[in-house]
Amino acid sequence: MSSIVRNTIRFVLFILIQVYILNKIPQLHLFITPYLYFLFILWLPFNISRGGLLFVGFVLGLALDYFTLTPGLHASACVLIAYARPFVIHLLMPKDITEFNYREPSVKAMGWTPYAIYISILTVLHHTYLVFLEWLSFGSFLDFIIKVFGTTAISLLLIFTVEFLFPRQLKYRTNVQ
Amino acid sequence: MRNVFLFLRRYSVFFTFLVLQAISLSFLFRYNRFHRAQFLGIATEITGRINTQYNKVEDYFSLKQENKRLHHLNDSLLNLLQSNFVRPDSGVTLVKDTIPYDTLGHYRRYLYRDASVVYNTVSSQKNYFQINRGSIRGIKDNMAVISSDGYPVGIIVNVSDNFSEAMSLLHVQNTVNASLKKGGEFGTLQWDGKDPRYLTLKNIPKSADVKKGDTVLTSTYSYNFPPGYIIGTVAGISIDNVTGFFTLKVKTAADFFSLQKVHVIENLQYDEQVQLFNDTKKKIEQPKSGSR
Repeated sequence: MSSIVRNTIRFVLFILIQVYILNKIPQLHLFITPYLYFLFILWLPFNISRGGLLFVGFVLGLALDYFTLTPGLHASACVLIAYARPFVIHLLMPKDITEFNYREPSVKAMGWTPYAIYISILTVLHHTYLVFLEWLSFGSFLDFIIKVFGTTAISLLLIFTVEFLFPRQLKYRTNVQ
Repeated sequence: MRNVFLFLRRYSVFFTFLVLQAISLSFLFRYNRFHRAQFLGIATEITGRINTQYNKVEDYFSLKQENKRLHHLNDSLLNLLQSNFVRPDSGVTLVKDTIPYDTLGHYRRYLYRDASVVYNTVSSQKNYFQINRGSIRGIKDNMAVISSDGYPVGIIVNVSDNFSEAMSLLHVQNTVNASLKKGGEFGTLQWDGKDPRYLTLKNIPKSADVKKGDTVLTSTYSYNFPPGYIIGTVAGISIDNVTGFFTLKVKTAADFFSLQKVHVIENLQYDEQVQLFNDTKKKIEQPKSGSR
């Protein structure tokens, strides 16, 4: 399956799962909504251009915003992590794109610790910014802190569950290809 | 000049980032402050169609509950029928079989339309739900929405051709005029954005005799809601030391988690009432030139 088809299907699936399953779950505590959709950005291939990454992030966020009726909220958080992603990858794995043996960031491609750090940094970044934007118009500071930590914890739990339950089949890249 | 272009080229990704952030944030602050976003009208049409399909499936899971509620409401409506009442004076039994309309100066003030909820959230601080009736079917802004068991749930804020968007009572910017059933004292009902099971009723005077478990109704002063619909029951009482008014915690009667069928209520005199209110304000506040 080509990378574009694969990622388009993924895009639709992530949006549908986020809108119709995760947003529908009765909240666990106050306002902790489980977020998973941004994993799409984290799973995009290594070789995507930085400008392209930003646009894909923007479109993903906007698509979700259409469903949740909060234009701009998720879009702006997604653009932020799309911008930060190459820096984080470079920080953790200082090598050239062509040197990676796998196409997408994964446990196999990066190793357990760097991958976990990569996921965690971007998740925290996404949630802090998202909750901050929501909080601007409403709420107390304590709510803000609790919500950031709570949402991040739930999201990380979900992401690692997804990693274990649905292992992606990634091809090992060789020079022969 | 060449250096400027080089500079732009070098940091092109960063500028793209800034531009996209600016677009997102402008969306956010422009449309969310005034929740009647024009572009949501188009979005509502598209997502509405997808939501309708999804809803067809979802409806099956709550059919039983929903039927039960429908039955309850029908039951209470049947009890209100004019044919239930007779006038046993003067030895003649008068049975009316129609609701009086336009005979002795009676007029209709509220008009009910039924609708289904196709999308609903309770998990944010600003909750909206979407119903499958739009401007083609006569839905307009500011109409009241009650659930199928007769409890107020929201107010229409945005309308497209086939769908409308309602601001739920669980929205921090929604205010509804409500009164206590016992003494009739009225106040403002709001949501503090924390627990979707509880609303806050403010500005109830200290003289009111309030106890836990008292019923809270929609007020006769509301332009949207017909009077006398049960909003909920008092679950907690506290006194605001600054203003000296009661602040009551109200347990909602409506179940926002499983909203399926709703009724949209049109106040046929809404425009007239609002017009009069605005005119009065203008008339009184207008600076007078001559002496009185």
